[in-house]
Amino acid sequence: MRSQYNIPIVDRTQVSRELFIVRFESSQLAAETRAGQFLNIRALDGAWGPLLRRPFSVSSIKNDTLSLLFNIVGTGTRILASRRVGDTLDVLGPLGKPFGVLGDYDSAILVGGGVGVAPFPLLTKELVRIGKSVTTLLGSRNREMIFSEGLQNVQLATDDGSVGMRGNVIKLLEQFLQKSELHHPKIFGCGPTPMLRALSELAQRMNLPCELSLEGDMACGVGICQGCPVERTGGERRYALTCIEGPSFDCREVKL
Amino acid sequence: MSVKTSFKIRGVEFKNRVFVASGTFGYGDELKELVDVNQLGGLMTKSLSWKPRDGNPPRRVVETASGMLNSIGLANIGVHQFIEKKLPYLRSLDTAIIVNIAASSIQEYCDLIAELEKHKGIAAYEVNVSCPNVKEGGLSFGTNCDLTAEITAKLRKLTERPLIIKLTPNVTHIAEFARAVEQAGADAVSVINTLIGMAVDIRSRKPKLSTVTGGLSGPAIKPIALAKVYEVAQVVKIPIFGIGGIATWEDAVEFLLVGATAIQVGTMNFVTPSISPSIVDGVRLYCEQQGVNDIQELVGGLDADVKFSILQSWL
Repeated sequence: MRSQYNIPIVDRTQVSRELFIVRFESSQLAAETRAGQFLNIRALDGAWGPLLRRPFSVSSIKNDTLSLLFNIVGTGTRILASRRVGDTLDVLGPLGKPFGVLGDYDSAILVGGGVGVAPFPLLTKELVRIGKSVTTLLGSRNREMIFSEGLQNVQLATDDGSVGMRGNVIKLLEQFLQKSELHHPKIFGCGPTPMLRALSELAQRMNLPCELSLEGDMACGVGICQGCPVERTGGERRYALTCIEGPSFDCREVKL
Repeated sequence: MSVKTSFKIRGVEFKNRVFVASGTFGYGDELKELVDVNQLGGLMTKSLSWKPRDGNPPRRVVETASGMLNSIGLANIGVHQFIEKKLPYLRSLDTAIIVNIAASSIQEYCDLIAELEKHKGIAAYEVNVSCPNVKEGGLSFGTNCDLTAEITAKLRKLTERPLIIKLTPNVTHIAEFARAVEQAGADAVSVINTLIGMAVDIRSRKPKLSTVTGGLSGPAIKPIALAKVYEVAQVVKIPIFGIGGIATWEDAVEFLLVGATAIQVGTMNFVTPSISPSIVDGVRLYCEQQGVNDIQELVGGLDADVKFSILQSWL
Protein backbone atom coordinates (compact mmCIF):
# COMPACT_ATOMS: atom_id res chain seq x y z
CA MET A 1 0.00 0.00 0.00
CA ARG A 2 1.22 3.51 -0.79
CA SER A 3 2.44 5.27 2.33
CA GLN A 4 4.57 8.18 3.37
CA TYR A 5 7.73 7.36 5.32
CA ASN A 6 10.53 9.27 6.98
CA ILE A 7 13.55 7.04 6.57
CA PRO A 8 17.19 7.58 7.54
CA ILE A 9 19.89 7.03 4.95
CA VAL A 10 22.12 4.06 5.84
CA ASP A 11 24.61 4.42 3.02
CA ARG A 12 25.63 6.95 0.43
CA THR A 13 28.23 6.07 -2.17
CA GLN A 14 29.63 7.81 -5.18
CA VAL A 15 30.15 4.98 -7.65
CA SER A 16 31.71 7.02 -10.46
CA ARG A 17 32.35 10.63 -11.36
CA GLU A 18 28.66 10.94 -12.27
CA LEU A 19 26.73 8.28 -10.39
CA PHE A 20 25.58 8.09 -6.80
CA ILE A 21 23.83 5.47 -4.72
CA VAL A 22 21.76 6.24 -1.67
CA ARG A 23 20.50 3.37 0.48
CA PHE A 24 17.88 3.22 3.20
CA GLU A 25 16.04 0.53 5.12
CA SER A 26 12.31 -0.10 5.12
CA SER A 27 10.92 -3.58 5.51
CA GLN A 28 7.55 -2.42 4.22
CA LEU A 29 8.88 -0.73 1.07
CA ALA A 30 11.31 -3.61 0.50
CA ALA A 31 8.44 -6.08 0.65
CA GLU A 32 6.04 -4.09 -1.49
CA THR A 33 8.13 -2.45 -4.22
CA ARG A 34 8.31 -4.18 -7.61
CA ALA A 35 10.75 -3.47 -10.42
CA GLY A 36 9.65 -0.46 -12.43
CA GLN A 37 7.81 1.22 -9.60
CA PHE A 38 9.10 4.49 -8.22
CA LEU A 39 9.37 6.43 -5.01
CA ASN A 40 8.56 10.13 -4.84
CA ILE A 41 11.20 11.62 -2.58
CA ARG A 42 11.84 14.89 -0.82
CA ALA A 43 15.48 14.96 0.16
CA LEU A 44 15.33 18.09 2.27
CA ASP A 45 12.44 19.43 4.27
CA GLY A 46 11.53 23.04 4.76
CA ALA A 47 11.99 26.24 2.88
CA TRP A 48 15.50 25.65 1.57
CA GLY A 49 14.95 22.56 -0.50
CA PRO A 50 12.84 22.13 -3.62
CA LEU A 51 9.12 22.21 -2.98
CA LEU A 52 8.11 19.15 -4.91
CA ARG A 53 9.18 15.55 -4.56
CA ARG A 54 11.36 13.92 -7.19
CA PRO A 55 10.54 10.51 -8.66
CA PHE A 56 13.25 7.82 -8.41
CA SER A 57 13.00 4.24 -9.54
CA VAL A 58 14.16 1.67 -7.05
CA SER A 59 17.40 0.22 -8.31
CA SER A 60 17.82 -2.76 -6.07
CA ILE A 61 16.43 -4.36 -2.93
CA LYS A 62 18.54 -6.51 -0.66
CA ASN A 63 16.78 -7.78 2.45
CA ASP A 64 15.26 -4.58 3.85
CA THR A 65 17.64 -2.20 2.09
CA LEU A 66 16.53 -0.26 -0.97
CA SER A 67 18.99 1.49 -3.29
CA LEU A 68 18.52 4.50 -5.52
CA LEU A 69 20.94 5.07 -8.38
CA PHE A 70 21.06 8.59 -9.79
CA ASN A 71 23.17 11.31 -11.32
CA ILE A 72 23.01 15.01 -10.61
CA VAL A 73 20.64 16.76 -12.97
CA GLY A 74 19.39 19.64 -10.86
CA THR A 75 18.87 21.01 -7.39
CA GLY A 76 16.89 18.02 -6.09
CA THR A 77 19.45 15.42 -7.09
CA ARG A 78 22.32 17.68 -5.96
CA ILE A 79 20.76 17.85 -2.49
CA LEU A 80 20.12 14.10 -2.43
CA ALA A 81 23.75 13.44 -3.39
CA SER A 82 24.92 15.67 -0.56
CA ARG A 83 22.84 14.00 2.14
CA ARG A 84 24.71 11.96 4.73
CA VAL A 85 24.19 8.70 6.52
CA GLY A 86 21.62 9.29 9.23
CA ASP A 87 19.86 12.12 7.38
CA THR A 88 16.19 11.50 6.82
CA LEU A 89 14.42 11.18 3.49
CA ASP A 90 10.70 11.83 3.10
CA VAL A 91 9.58 8.96 0.88
CA LEU A 92 6.17 8.41 -0.72
CA GLY A 93 5.63 5.05 -2.35
CA PRO A 94 5.68 2.59 -3.87
CA LEU A 95 4.07 4.37 -6.83
CA GLY A 96 3.23 3.47 -10.40
CA LYS A 97 2.83 0.13 -12.08
CA PRO A 98 5.57 -2.50 -12.08
CA PHE A 99 7.18 -3.79 -15.28
CA GLY A 100 5.22 -6.61 -16.87
CA VAL A 101 7.73 -9.35 -16.09
CA LEU A 102 5.30 -12.22 -16.48
CA GLY A 103 4.24 -13.26 -19.93
CA ASP A 104 4.84 -15.42 -22.91
CA TYR A 105 8.49 -14.76 -23.69
CA ASP A 106 11.74 -16.56 -22.94
CA SER A 107 14.48 -14.00 -22.83
CA ALA A 108 14.52 -10.41 -21.72
CA ILE A 109 16.63 -7.74 -23.36
CA LEU A 110 17.17 -4.79 -21.08
CA VAL A 111 18.08 -1.63 -22.98
CA GLY A 112 19.25 1.30 -20.92
CA GLY A 113 20.47 4.78 -21.72
CA GLY A 114 22.56 6.65 -19.17
CA VAL A 115 21.06 6.59 -15.71
CA GLY A 116 18.09 4.78 -17.27
CA VAL A 117 19.91 1.67 -16.08
CA ALA A 118 18.62 2.47 -12.59
CA PRO A 119 15.66 0.05 -12.39
CA PHE A 120 17.50 -2.84 -14.10
CA PRO A 121 19.22 -4.57 -11.15
CA LEU A 122 15.87 -5.09 -9.43
CA LEU A 123 14.24 -6.03 -12.74
CA THR A 124 17.02 -8.57 -13.40
CA LYS A 125 16.47 -10.14 -10.00
CA GLU A 126 12.76 -10.57 -10.68
CA LEU A 127 13.33 -11.91 -14.20
CA VAL A 128 15.92 -14.46 -13.07
CA ARG A 129 13.61 -15.61 -10.27
CA ILE A 130 10.93 -16.57 -12.81
CA GLY A 131 13.41 -18.27 -15.10
CA LYS A 132 13.88 -15.74 -17.87
CA SER A 133 17.29 -15.30 -19.44
CA VAL A 134 18.52 -11.71 -19.36
CA THR A 135 20.77 -9.70 -21.64
CA THR A 136 21.58 -6.10 -20.81
CA LEU A 137 22.60 -3.48 -23.33
CA LEU A 138 23.72 -0.16 -21.93
CA GLY A 139 24.58 3.04 -23.69
CA SER A 140 25.90 6.28 -22.26
CA ARG A 141 28.03 9.33 -22.96
CA ASN A 142 31.13 7.82 -21.40
CA ARG A 143 32.35 5.22 -18.90
CA GLU A 144 31.47 7.46 -15.94
CA MET A 145 27.78 6.80 -16.55
CA ILE A 146 28.10 3.01 -16.71
CA PHE A 147 26.76 0.92 -13.87
CA SER A 148 26.59 -2.83 -14.22
CA GLU A 149 26.30 -4.26 -10.71
CA GLY A 150 23.52 -6.82 -10.43
CA LEU A 151 23.09 -7.04 -14.19
CA GLN A 152 23.57 -10.03 -16.49
CA ASN A 153 25.27 -10.47 -19.88
CA VAL A 154 26.13 -6.82 -20.18
CA GLN A 155 27.17 -5.22 -23.47
CA LEU A 156 28.17 -1.58 -23.62
CA ALA A 157 28.15 1.32 -26.03
CA THR A 158 29.52 4.78 -25.31
CA ASP A 159 29.40 7.97 -27.35
CA ASP A 160 33.13 8.53 -26.87
CA GLY A 161 34.12 4.87 -27.18
CA SER A 162 35.75 4.96 -23.72
CA VAL A 163 34.28 1.53 -23.06
CA GLY A 164 32.41 -0.93 -25.29
CA MET A 165 31.24 -0.12 -28.78
CA ARG A 166 31.52 3.48 -29.96
CA GLY A 167 28.00 4.57 -30.77
CA ASN A 168 24.56 4.45 -29.29
CA VAL A 169 22.69 1.64 -27.60
CA ILE A 170 20.12 1.33 -30.38
CA LYS A 171 22.87 0.46 -32.83
CA LEU A 172 24.20 -2.02 -30.28
CA LEU A 173 20.75 -3.57 -30.01
CA GLU A 174 20.41 -3.86 -33.80
CA GLN A 175 23.73 -5.68 -33.99
CA PHE A 176 22.79 -7.88 -31.07
CA LEU A 177 19.46 -8.86 -32.60
CA GLN A 178 21.17 -9.76 -35.90
CA LYS A 179 23.76 -11.98 -34.23
CA SER A 180 21.76 -13.62 -31.48
CA GLU A 181 19.21 -16.34 -31.90
CA LEU A 182 16.85 -15.53 -29.09
CA HIS A 183 13.49 -17.19 -28.97
CA HIS A 184 10.56 -14.98 -28.09
CA PRO A 185 12.48 -12.05 -26.65
CA LYS A 186 10.91 -9.11 -24.89
CA ILE A 187 12.58 -5.72 -24.62
CA PHE A 188 12.50 -3.52 -21.53
CA GLY A 189 13.74 0.02 -22.14
CA CYS A 190 14.59 2.88 -19.85
CA GLY A 191 16.44 6.07 -20.69
CA PRO A 192 16.14 9.47 -22.31
CA THR A 193 13.12 10.09 -24.51
CA PRO A 194 14.99 10.27 -27.86
CA MET A 195 16.53 6.86 -27.11
CA LEU A 196 13.15 5.40 -26.14
CA ARG A 197 11.60 6.80 -29.32
CA ALA A 198 14.27 5.07 -31.44
CA LEU A 199 13.84 1.89 -29.39
CA SER A 200 10.09 1.96 -29.89
CA GLU A 201 10.49 2.34 -33.66
CA LEU A 202 12.97 -0.53 -33.83
CA ALA A 203 10.83 -2.84 -31.71
CA GLN A 204 7.71 -2.12 -33.74
CA ARG A 205 9.59 -2.54 -37.02
CA MET A 206 10.85 -5.94 -35.87
CA ASN A 207 7.55 -6.80 -34.23
CA LEU A 208 9.09 -7.42 -30.84
CA PRO A 209 7.21 -6.87 -27.60
CA CYS A 210 8.71 -3.88 -25.85
CA GLU A 211 7.97 -2.04 -22.65
CA LEU A 212 9.28 1.46 -22.06
CA SER A 213 9.77 3.05 -18.68
CA LEU A 214 9.11 6.77 -19.09
CA GLU A 215 9.92 9.70 -16.94
CA GLY A 216 7.77 12.78 -16.85
CA ASP A 217 7.78 16.02 -14.95
CA MET A 218 5.32 15.42 -12.20
CA ALA A 219 4.21 17.03 -9.00
CA CYS A 220 2.25 14.52 -6.94
CA GLY A 221 3.09 11.09 -8.40
CA VAL A 222 -0.32 9.76 -7.41
CA GLY A 223 -2.58 10.87 -10.26
CA ILE A 224 -3.97 14.03 -8.71
CA CYS A 225 -2.13 16.90 -10.33
CA GLN A 226 -2.53 15.67 -13.95
CA GLY A 227 0.94 17.05 -14.57
CA CYS A 228 2.59 14.08 -16.32
CA PRO A 229 0.61 13.25 -19.47
CA VAL A 230 1.99 11.07 -22.22
CA GLU A 231 0.19 11.00 -25.55
CA ARG A 232 -1.57 7.74 -26.36
CA THR A 233 -1.66 6.23 -29.83
CA GLY A 234 -5.35 5.44 -29.73
CA GLY A 235 -8.40 5.04 -27.60
CA GLU A 236 -10.87 7.51 -26.18
CA ARG A 237 -8.52 9.55 -24.06
CA ARG A 238 -5.74 11.54 -25.65
CA TYR A 239 -3.31 11.26 -22.73
CA ALA A 240 -2.30 8.71 -20.13
CA LEU A 241 -0.73 9.76 -16.84
CA THR A 242 2.85 8.55 -16.45
CA CYS A 243 2.58 8.32 -12.67
CA ILE A 244 -0.37 5.96 -12.31
CA GLU A 245 -0.88 4.40 -15.74
CA GLY A 246 2.90 4.00 -16.13
CA PRO A 247 5.71 4.66 -15.73
CA SER A 248 6.14 1.70 -18.05
CA PHE A 249 4.02 1.37 -21.17
CA ASP A 250 3.79 -1.03 -24.08
CA CYS A 251 5.70 0.83 -26.80
CA ARG A 252 2.70 0.58 -29.14
CA GLU A 253 0.50 2.48 -26.71
CA VAL A 254 2.36 5.74 -26.47
CA LYS A 255 3.61 8.46 -28.82
CA LEU A 256 6.97 9.77 -27.73
CA MET B 1 -11.43 23.00 26.29
CA SER B 2 -13.39 22.38 23.17
CA VAL B 3 -12.98 24.87 20.38
CA LYS B 4 -15.90 25.60 18.07
CA THR B 5 -14.60 25.08 14.56
CA SER B 6 -17.79 24.90 12.53
CA PHE B 7 -19.36 27.67 10.49
CA LYS B 8 -22.27 28.15 8.13
CA ILE B 9 -22.70 29.52 4.65
CA ARG B 10 -26.28 30.01 3.44
CA GLY B 11 -27.49 27.65 6.15
CA VAL B 12 -25.07 24.86 5.22
CA GLU B 13 -22.81 23.85 8.07
CA PHE B 14 -19.14 22.99 7.55
CA LYS B 15 -17.42 21.23 10.41
CA ASN B 16 -14.14 23.11 10.28
CA ARG B 17 -12.22 25.74 8.42
CA VAL B 18 -9.78 23.61 6.45
CA PHE B 19 -10.63 22.61 2.88
CA VAL B 20 -8.64 21.18 0.00
CA ALA B 21 -8.42 23.33 -3.12
CA SER B 22 -9.85 22.33 -6.46
CA GLY B 23 -7.43 20.41 -8.65
CA THR B 24 -5.21 19.37 -5.78
CA PHE B 25 -7.30 16.50 -4.48
CA GLY B 26 -8.83 14.96 -7.59
CA TYR B 27 -12.28 13.56 -6.95
CA GLY B 28 -11.50 12.42 -3.42
CA ASP B 29 -10.98 8.72 -4.10
CA GLU B 30 -7.38 8.83 -5.30
CA LEU B 31 -5.72 9.45 -1.95
CA LYS B 32 -7.85 7.23 0.27
CA GLU B 33 -5.00 5.40 1.97
CA LEU B 34 -2.81 8.50 2.39
CA VAL B 35 -5.18 10.94 4.04
CA ASP B 36 -8.40 10.88 6.03
CA VAL B 37 -10.60 13.39 4.22
CA ASN B 38 -13.27 13.06 6.87
CA GLN B 39 -11.10 15.27 9.06
CA LEU B 40 -11.61 18.17 6.68
CA GLY B 41 -14.19 20.91 6.50
CA GLY B 42 -14.74 20.06 2.89
CA LEU B 43 -13.30 19.02 -0.42
CA MET B 44 -13.34 21.13 -3.56
CA THR B 45 -13.47 18.76 -6.53
CA LYS B 46 -11.34 19.12 -9.61
CA SER B 47 -12.98 21.61 -11.98
CA LEU B 48 -15.70 20.00 -14.04
CA SER B 49 -16.71 21.03 -17.51
CA TRP B 50 -19.74 19.81 -19.48
CA LYS B 51 -17.71 17.45 -21.66
CA PRO B 52 -14.53 15.60 -20.64
CA ARG B 53 -11.38 17.57 -21.40
CA ASP B 54 -8.02 16.05 -22.35
CA GLY B 55 -6.09 19.02 -21.06
CA ASN B 56 -2.99 20.69 -22.48
CA PRO B 57 -0.04 18.91 -24.07
CA PRO B 58 3.03 18.35 -21.90
CA ARG B 59 4.93 19.96 -20.33
CA ARG B 60 2.27 20.87 -17.79
CA VAL B 61 4.15 21.41 -14.54
CA VAL B 62 7.37 23.23 -13.72
CA GLU B 63 8.82 23.79 -10.31
CA THR B 64 9.93 27.34 -9.52
CA ALA B 65 11.33 28.91 -6.36
CA SER B 66 9.05 27.70 -3.52
CA GLY B 67 6.28 27.14 -5.99
CA MET B 68 5.08 25.52 -9.15
CA LEU B 69 3.69 26.60 -12.47
CA ASN B 70 0.93 24.53 -13.97
CA SER B 71 -0.83 24.45 -17.25
CA ILE B 72 -3.10 21.45 -16.91
CA GLY B 73 -5.79 22.87 -19.14
CA LEU B 74 -8.65 21.72 -16.92
CA ALA B 75 -8.22 18.07 -17.80
CA ASN B 76 -11.29 16.45 -16.27
CA ILE B 77 -13.78 13.64 -16.75
CA GLY B 78 -16.77 15.88 -17.47
CA VAL B 79 -19.88 16.37 -15.38
CA HIS B 80 -21.75 13.25 -16.49
CA GLN B 81 -18.98 10.80 -15.64
CA PHE B 82 -18.46 12.69 -12.40
CA ILE B 83 -22.08 12.17 -11.42
CA GLU B 84 -22.04 8.53 -12.41
CA LYS B 85 -18.61 7.43 -11.19
CA LYS B 86 -17.36 9.86 -8.55
CA LEU B 87 -20.32 11.38 -6.77
CA PRO B 88 -21.56 8.14 -5.15
CA TYR B 89 -18.23 7.72 -3.36
CA LEU B 90 -17.96 11.40 -2.47
CA ARG B 91 -21.48 11.29 -1.03
CA SER B 92 -20.41 8.50 1.33
CA LEU B 93 -17.76 10.70 2.92
CA ASP B 94 -18.28 12.53 6.17
CA THR B 95 -17.10 15.84 4.76
CA ALA B 96 -18.72 18.53 2.64
CA ILE B 97 -18.40 18.12 -1.11
CA ILE B 98 -18.04 21.37 -2.99
CA VAL B 99 -18.26 20.83 -6.72
CA ASN B 100 -16.03 23.16 -8.70
CA ILE B 101 -17.23 24.04 -12.20
CA ALA B 102 -15.42 25.58 -15.17
CA ALA B 103 -16.86 26.56 -18.53
CA SER B 104 -16.10 28.33 -21.76
CA SER B 105 -19.49 30.06 -22.07
CA ILE B 106 -22.08 31.44 -19.67
CA GLN B 107 -24.54 28.90 -21.02
CA GLU B 108 -22.14 26.06 -20.12
CA TYR B 109 -21.88 27.35 -16.55
CA CYS B 110 -25.68 27.36 -16.34
CA ASP B 111 -25.98 23.88 -17.88
CA LEU B 112 -23.48 22.51 -15.36
CA ILE B 113 -25.38 23.86 -12.36
CA ALA B 114 -28.73 22.76 -13.80
CA GLU B 115 -27.38 19.23 -14.23
CA LEU B 116 -25.75 19.07 -10.78
CA GLU B 117 -28.91 20.41 -9.14
CA LYS B 118 -30.60 17.09 -9.96
CA HIS B 119 -28.28 15.24 -7.61
CA LYS B 120 -27.94 14.88 -3.87
CA GLY B 121 -24.76 14.99 -1.82
CA ILE B 122 -23.41 18.32 -3.03
CA ALA B 123 -22.92 20.87 -0.25
CA ALA B 124 -22.02 23.86 -2.40
CA TYR B 125 -20.65 25.04 -5.72
CA GLU B 126 -17.39 26.78 -6.37
CA VAL B 127 -17.20 28.58 -9.69
CA ASN B 128 -13.87 28.79 -11.50
CA VAL B 129 -14.08 31.97 -13.57
CA SER B 130 -10.43 31.82 -14.68
CA CYS B 131 -11.33 30.04 -17.89
CA PRO B 132 -11.01 31.32 -21.43
CA ASN B 133 -14.26 32.81 -22.69
CA VAL B 134 -14.58 31.37 -26.18
CA LYS B 135 -16.96 34.15 -27.30
CA GLU B 136 -14.54 36.89 -26.29
CA GLY B 137 -11.53 35.41 -28.04
CA GLY B 138 -10.28 33.41 -25.11
CA LEU B 139 -9.94 36.18 -22.55
CA SER B 140 -10.62 34.94 -19.07
CA PHE B 141 -14.14 35.61 -17.74
CA GLY B 142 -12.62 36.32 -14.39
CA THR B 143 -10.73 39.40 -15.56
CA ASN B 144 -13.96 41.10 -16.64
CA CYS B 145 -15.93 42.37 -13.67
CA ASP B 146 -19.27 42.66 -15.49
CA LEU B 147 -19.02 39.13 -16.92
CA THR B 148 -18.04 37.68 -13.53
CA ALA B 149 -21.07 39.36 -11.95
CA GLU B 150 -23.31 38.21 -14.81
CA ILE B 151 -22.25 34.58 -14.36
CA THR B 152 -22.90 34.89 -10.63
CA ALA B 153 -26.36 36.42 -11.10
CA LYS B 154 -27.38 33.76 -13.64
CA LEU B 155 -26.21 30.89 -11.48
CA ARG B 156 -27.83 32.41 -8.40
CA LYS B 157 -31.22 31.96 -10.06
CA LEU B 158 -30.54 28.26 -10.62
CA THR B 159 -29.64 27.10 -7.14
CA GLU B 160 -30.31 27.50 -3.46
CA ARG B 161 -27.00 25.82 -2.65
CA PRO B 162 -24.16 28.05 -1.51
CA LEU B 163 -22.43 29.67 -4.46
CA ILE B 164 -18.73 30.40 -4.03
CA ILE B 165 -16.96 32.41 -6.70
CA LYS B 166 -13.23 31.69 -7.04
CA LEU B 167 -11.54 34.95 -7.97
CA THR B 168 -8.43 35.42 -10.05
CA PRO B 169 -5.70 37.74 -8.73
CA ASN B 170 -4.72 38.66 -12.28
CA VAL B 171 -6.71 41.90 -12.16
CA THR B 172 -5.98 45.41 -10.94
CA HIS B 173 -8.33 45.46 -7.96
CA ILE B 174 -9.60 42.09 -6.85
CA ALA B 175 -11.82 43.77 -4.26
CA GLU B 176 -13.97 45.26 -7.03
CA PHE B 177 -14.65 41.77 -8.31
CA ALA B 178 -15.46 40.53 -4.82
CA ARG B 179 -17.93 43.36 -4.28
CA ALA B 180 -19.51 42.78 -7.70
CA VAL B 181 -20.15 39.08 -7.09
CA GLU B 182 -21.43 39.77 -3.58
CA GLN B 183 -23.98 42.16 -5.05
CA ALA B 184 -24.84 39.59 -7.73
CA GLY B 185 -25.76 37.05 -5.08
CA ALA B 186 -22.60 35.07 -4.30
CA ASP B 187 -22.52 33.51 -0.83
CA ALA B 188 -18.72 33.45 -0.56
CA VAL B 189 -15.55 34.06 -2.53
CA SER B 190 -12.37 32.00 -2.86
CA VAL B 191 -9.29 34.22 -2.92
CA ILE B 192 -7.00 33.56 -4.83
CA ASN B 193 -6.68 31.39 -7.90
CA THR B 194 -3.17 31.05 -9.37
CA LEU B 195 -1.09 33.98 -10.58
CA ILE B 196 0.01 34.02 -14.19
CA GLY B 197 3.67 33.18 -14.47
CA MET B 198 6.24 31.64 -16.79
CA ALA B 199 9.63 29.96 -16.90
CA VAL B 200 12.16 29.68 -19.73
CA ASP B 201 14.58 26.93 -20.70
CA ILE B 202 17.68 28.93 -21.56
CA ARG B 203 19.34 26.12 -23.50
CA SER B 204 16.50 25.58 -25.97
CA ARG B 205 15.30 29.19 -25.52
CA LYS B 206 11.80 27.80 -25.30
CA PRO B 207 9.17 28.33 -22.62
CA LYS B 208 9.15 25.47 -20.15
CA LEU B 209 5.37 25.12 -20.30
CA SER B 210 3.72 24.05 -23.54
CA THR B 211 1.29 26.95 -23.21
CA VAL B 212 4.10 29.48 -22.55
CA THR B 213 2.45 30.89 -19.42
CA GLY B 214 0.72 29.05 -16.59
CA GLY B 215 -0.60 29.43 -13.08
CA LEU B 216 1.82 29.96 -10.22
CA SER B 217 0.97 28.39 -6.87
CA GLY B 218 2.69 27.20 -3.70
CA PRO B 219 4.38 28.97 -0.78
CA ALA B 220 5.89 31.51 -3.20
CA ILE B 221 2.50 33.21 -3.55
CA LYS B 222 1.42 33.24 0.09
CA PRO B 223 2.30 36.88 0.85
CA ILE B 224 0.41 37.98 -2.26
CA ALA B 225 -2.59 35.83 -1.36
CA LEU B 226 -2.67 37.22 2.18
CA ALA B 227 -2.71 40.76 0.85
CA LYS B 228 -5.51 39.90 -1.58
CA VAL B 229 -7.61 38.32 1.15
CA TYR B 230 -7.00 41.37 3.33
CA GLU B 231 -8.01 43.65 0.48
CA VAL B 232 -11.21 41.71 -0.21
CA ALA B 233 -12.06 41.49 3.49
CA GLN B 234 -12.18 45.30 3.66
CA VAL B 235 -15.07 45.50 1.22
CA VAL B 236 -17.29 42.39 1.48
CA LYS B 237 -19.39 40.86 4.23
CA ILE B 238 -19.64 37.39 2.69
CA PRO B 239 -17.15 34.72 3.87
CA ILE B 240 -13.79 34.41 2.15
CA PHE B 241 -11.97 31.14 1.52
CA GLY B 242 -8.31 32.09 1.75
CA ILE B 243 -6.05 30.20 -0.67
CA GLY B 244 -2.44 30.58 -1.70
CA GLY B 245 0.62 28.68 -0.56
CA ILE B 246 -0.71 27.43 2.75
CA ALA B 247 1.76 24.83 4.01
CA THR B 248 1.39 24.92 7.81
CA TRP B 249 -1.24 25.61 10.44
CA GLU B 250 0.53 28.89 11.15
CA ASP B 251 -0.11 29.92 7.54
CA ALA B 252 -3.77 29.04 8.00
CA VAL B 253 -4.02 31.23 11.11
CA GLU B 254 -2.48 34.14 9.19
CA PHE B 255 -5.22 33.84 6.58
CA LEU B 256 -7.92 33.73 9.25
CA LEU B 257 -6.51 36.82 10.92
CA VAL B 258 -6.51 38.87 7.73
CA GLY B 259 -10.13 38.03 7.15
CA ALA B 260 -10.60 34.53 5.73
CA THR B 261 -13.46 32.57 7.26
CA ALA B 262 -11.90 29.33 6.04
CA ILE B 263 -8.86 28.27 4.07
CA GLN B 264 -8.00 25.89 1.27
CA VAL B 265 -4.80 23.92 1.05
CA GLY B 266 -3.64 23.54 -2.54
CA THR B 267 -0.21 22.74 -3.89
CA MET B 268 1.01 21.28 -0.61
CA ASN B 269 -1.41 18.36 -1.07
CA PHE B 270 0.92 17.27 -3.89
CA VAL B 271 3.87 17.28 -1.54
CA THR B 272 2.34 15.90 1.64
CA PRO B 273 -1.15 14.47 1.09
CA SER B 274 -1.80 14.27 4.84
CA ILE B 275 -1.00 17.94 5.44
CA SER B 276 -4.58 19.23 5.62
CA PRO B 277 -5.71 17.16 8.63
CA SER B 278 -2.52 18.24 10.41
CA ILE B 279 -3.51 21.87 9.79
CA VAL B 280 -6.95 21.19 11.33
CA ASP B 281 -5.20 19.88 14.45
CA GLY B 282 -2.67 22.70 14.55
CA VAL B 283 -5.27 25.45 14.33
CA ARG B 284 -7.34 23.80 17.06
CA LEU B 285 -4.31 23.55 19.36
CA TYR B 286 -3.42 27.18 18.69
CA CYS B 287 -6.95 28.19 19.69
CA GLU B 288 -6.74 26.17 22.90
CA GLN B 289 -3.43 27.78 23.79
CA GLN B 290 -4.69 31.26 22.95
CA GLY B 291 -7.96 30.79 24.84
CA VAL B 292 -10.01 31.09 21.67
CA ASN B 293 -13.41 29.39 22.09
CA ASP B 294 -14.64 29.82 18.56
CA ILE B 295 -12.40 30.07 15.52
CA GLN B 296 -14.71 32.80 14.27
CA GLU B 297 -13.06 35.07 16.84
CA LEU B 298 -9.85 34.88 14.79
CA VAL B 299 -11.50 35.83 11.51
CA GLY B 300 -10.40 39.36 10.65
CA GLY B 301 -8.72 39.61 14.03
CA LEU B 302 -5.66 41.33 12.63
CA ASP B 303 -4.32 43.95 15.02
CA ALA B 304 -3.15 46.44 12.43
CA ASP B 305 -1.88 49.82 13.51
CA VAL B 306 -2.83 51.55 10.33
CA LYS B 307 -6.35 50.74 9.19
CA PHE B 308 -6.15 52.05 5.71
CA SER B 309 -7.20 50.38 2.53
CA ILE B 310 -4.59 48.84 0.26
CA LEU B 311 -6.35 50.64 -2.55
CA GLN B 312 -5.14 53.94 -1.13
CA SER B 313 -1.65 52.96 -0.02
CA TRP B 314 1.60 54.16 -1.58
CA LEU B 315 3.85 51.34 -2.64
